[in-house]
Amino acid sequence: MMLDSPKTRSRRTVLTHLLRGVAGIALATIMTGIVTEASGGAAAAEPVRIGEINSYTGLPAFTLPYRNGWELAVAEINANGGVLGGRMLEVISRDDGGKPDDAVRVANELVSNEKVDVLAGTFFSHIGLAVSDYALRTKKLFMAAEPLTDAMTWEKGNRYTFRLRPSTYMQAAMLVEQAAALPAKRWATVAPNYEYGQSAVTIFKQLLKEKRPDVEFVAEQWPAQGKIDAGSTVQALAAAEPQAIFNVTFGPDLARLVREGTTRGAFDGVSVVSLLTGEPEYLDPMKGEAPTGWIVTGYPWDQIDTPAHKAFLDAYQAKYGDYPRLGSIVGYTTIKSIAAAIEKAGSTETEAMVDAMKGLKVDSPFAQITYRAIDHQATMGAYVGTIAVKDGKGTMIEWTYADGADYLPADDVVLKRRPQ
Amino acid sequence: MGFYLVQFLGGLAQASSLFLVAAGLSIIFGVTRIVNFAHGSFYMLGAYLAYTLAERMGGAVGFWSAIALAAVATGVVGVVMELLVLRRLYRGPELFQLLATFGVVLIVQDVALLIWGPEDLLGPRAPGLEGVVRILGRPFPKYELLLIALGPIVLGLLWLLFHRTRWGTLVRAATQDREMTAALGINQTWLFTSVLFVGSLLAGLGGALQIPREAVNLHMDINIVVEAFVVVVVGGMGSVGGAFLAAVLIGLIQAFGILVFPQITLVVVFLFMAVVLVVRPHGLMGRQQATARGAGHVPEAPIHASGMMGRVAAVGLLVVLAALPALFGDYALAVLTEMMILALFAASLHFIMGPGGMVSFGHAAYFGLGAYGAGLLVKHLSGGMVAGLVSAPLFAGLGALLFGWFCVRLSGVYLAMLTLAFAQIVWSIAFQWYAVTGGDNGILGVWPDGWASPRWAFYYLSLVLCAGGVLMLRRVIFSPFGYALRAGRDSPLRADAVGIDVRHLQWLAFTVAGAFAGLAGGLYAYSKGSVFPTLMAIPRSVDGLVMVLLGGVQTLTGPLVGAAVFHALNTEMVRYTDHWRLTLGVAIVLLVVIFPQGIVGTLARLPFFRRKEA
Repeated sequence: MMLDSPKTRSRRTVLTHLLRGVAGIALATIMTGIVTEASGGAAAAEPVRIGEINSYTGLPAFTLPYRNGWELAVAEINANGGVLGGRMLEVISRDDGGKPDDAVRVANELVSNEKVDVLAGTFFSHIGLAVSDYALRTKKLFMAAEPLTDAMTWEKGNRYTFRLRPSTYMQAAMLVEQAAALPAKRWATVAPNYEYGQSAVTIFKQLLKEKRPDVEFVAEQWPAQGKIDAGSTVQALAAAEPQAIFNVTFGPDLARLVREGTTRGAFDGVSVVSLLTGEPEYLDPMKGEAPTGWIVTGYPWDQIDTPAHKAFLDAYQAKYGDYPRLGSIVGYTTIKSIAAAIEKAGSTETEAMVDAMKGLKVDSPFAQITYRAIDHQATMGAYVGTIAVKDGKGTMIEWTYADGADYLPADDVVLKRRPQ
Repeated sequence: MGFYLVQFLGGLAQASSLFLVAAGLSIIFGVTRIVNFAHGSFYMLGAYLAYTLAERMGGAVGFWSAIALAAVATGVVGVVMELLVLRRLYRGPELFQLLATFGVVLIVQDVALLIWGPEDLLGPRAPGLEGVVRILGRPFPKYELLLIALGPIVLGLLWLLFHRTRWGTLVRAATQDREMTAALGINQTWLFTSVLFVGSLLAGLGGALQIPREAVNLHMDINIVVEAFVVVVVGGMGSVGGAFLAAVLIGLIQAFGILVFPQITLVVVFLFMAVVLVVRPHGLMGRQQATARGAGHVPEAPIHASGMMGRVAAVGLLVVLAALPALFGDYALAVLTEMMILALFAASLHFIMGPGGMVSFGHAAYFGLGAYGAGLLVKHLSGGMVAGLVSAPLFAGLGALLFGWFCVRLSGVYLAMLTLAFAQIVWSIAFQWYAVTGGDNGILGVWPDGWASPRWAFYYLSLVLCAGGVLMLRRVIFSPFGYALRAGRDSPLRADAVGIDVRHLQWLAFTVAGAFAGLAGGLYAYSKGSVFPTLMAIPRSVDGLVMVLLGGVQTLTGPLVGAAVFHALNTEMVRYTDHWRLTLGVAIVLLVVIFPQGIVGTLARLPFFRRKEA
């Protein structure tokens, strides 16, 4: 194959040798670069430094609006003179590449090199847990923004970790309330095959049985996340002839499930309650094919007219020319919470901030939320409503705000699950 | 009855989609022997292009022309990759092109995000095929019927193309004997280019045909490529008919498997592959894989123990490494610790890939088993770090002993894919067995004992264990065992004739490599404080391959250099740019083009470094 003539070969050899030399030097520079530059470390300066970690490349549909949200909060706070009488907020943001071990490495970089005062962020549950354990180890405050797993504040909860978003338990409990009011007795479930899907289904089953001992669960499907064989899954669910379905899939899996199910009429005459489906991140891609009548948790951004939300919405649209997603709310409120904690603590000393976080009240665009002292869970809620299609787009109707505080188990249950 | 028939048809539709992608992969591998990781990326590109074109053009004619145009455009992208990159690498070590295609995967991921944005894109339904037909009273989408028909049609067309055209005859000739084909005056350069075109076109077509079924998204590439490999290997490498059979079987097993055991979705495909490969070592319809003559792989030159200069350099490096904690801060030490651990991991993979001649696509299994060996001890027995670091290599070694027994019965890519199957099975156990492993939420609190907690102390511990591990692996390579192993790799028949039990040696080597990977995994667990199934997932195995190939698989120091370079590039780019995948991908492609034998492999051939012939 490809035999070069001797002449071109010699010319090419010179060139490649040159290139190799250059590349070798470049490599060496990079290697010494990390080592020397990494050892420098910035001295603690005037601003309050927040180390932020999230899956920017792994889950851009959520994390890019999320970044807009926290950038807006930082801009607002700094425009009003920062915190602690004039200290500006400075966020140093990193991508975790979707891997927990990489997240721990960048957390370490943020703490040791960038000397951040607080850690914040994360989307995936396992990554959130890894960073939370690192925060415990290094005694840094960690504001977990998004991870949903109950373990975050319960089984694996620790002194230094607080979580903003309503947990899997809370969101499932919100839907159980709606599900119990339905006449349906035969239920089927479909959920992604990992911890989030499994705990959502377990909690849903348990709570629904408590309210409605007469229901039975007749089928369950566990498609692999991102790889659903939608036709077979829909068919298998329909075969059990359920009167209602509890869905936990989201993202591309959800779109496939909805399309296959609608085409085959599998949802006709069947009630569906569905986690997260009303969030713009997952609802909007389905456009006019959004599954009407599904009872969902979500965020009807275009209809909430509380002053707090209107102010947020106007500021967001003015800054980005785009509408906010749920991620934007999460990012925005994460930074607002940290700022509030610092003000309450009167310093950026970790223990003082941790104590300040307990019982801290923060005004979020949704409602005022409280970081519970008992388990460090914020009482942020979600909007529960029904999906409808208007002007070729999915939207939520007949929604209400479900305050997170109302959907948490009794304190003794929490205390039993959380190590003291 | 109607239900089972519809479920059966659903399985067939899924099979057809899978077959289109797998057929392209099979053709590319069969002819060029390139393990094309970028095939999934082409599938994703096809879907995105079809989405954009279909939205632009609209209507029935627009929709179908969009699909055709997207497929052709994807084929052209494949040609570009071949012309710019792969063409320069046909003389590289086996599997070296894999590295370039990995770079392309990273590039396409970021480019797709830049062009099409983060949101999933739900395309139009197929005009005229939106509805359902009733089959024994059950609704079944019309579009799926089209897909079912397309599988056999494409299979037939490919058969005609390969058996009834001059081009097909030439391709088959080149597959069997490149030198002879070249000697007959056939220009293989364009032949390979055209094969890349056809293969990529099929991937693009497979992706484009998905738009009526699913929202186009940025994870399509990763989600399809492994399964496409499984189909190709189960069918028998290079056998398009085999790929079709395998796709049908896998489609049906998935469709009916979820009825019996819904939780099995994560692992069913890999269980099936493991069973097939154990029973039929060359896949369902594959044959003994003859080494393609003139494939450009020069037999490896014998390796030598390092001379005086090499030893001095090694001692010098150790002295420098030992002095570093005095100079550097916590984070730099943590990154250096990771580099050393990954270097040991890469060295252990190189041990079976290089001297052992067994490529592994699932080496992360043993890295992960080591980490779990340490983590489980902490979780269930509250064991300390020393016990954890002892149990890590033991745990991983036992795993390698078990799986190795099956793997060494195979060779080449089949062996590699069987290691992948076992890795995925172990991964799914760790992922789903909540009571024991903590499932995907992992095991937390795996921190070093008090004396080793300071970064510098853990750094020295890692230095001692990793340097020790690497030196021991070297020692083994230059022991009689290592010589016998290489003899078995270079000429199994002759080795056998002089009384070497090649298979037994390979089994032992596999176990040794597993144990050292486990040691690396155990250290890694303590450096991170937690253990997750991601440690044994496919991307980790791929990282290992990338390190070994980048450094140079035919050298001993290559894997160490590869690990250091790859990890440094990775950690640095993540810090400085949002588009680190793009820059990392471009960096890998450039490195591959500049160092076509791997970094060390290429440098060692420069006149300055070249060893004087004895």
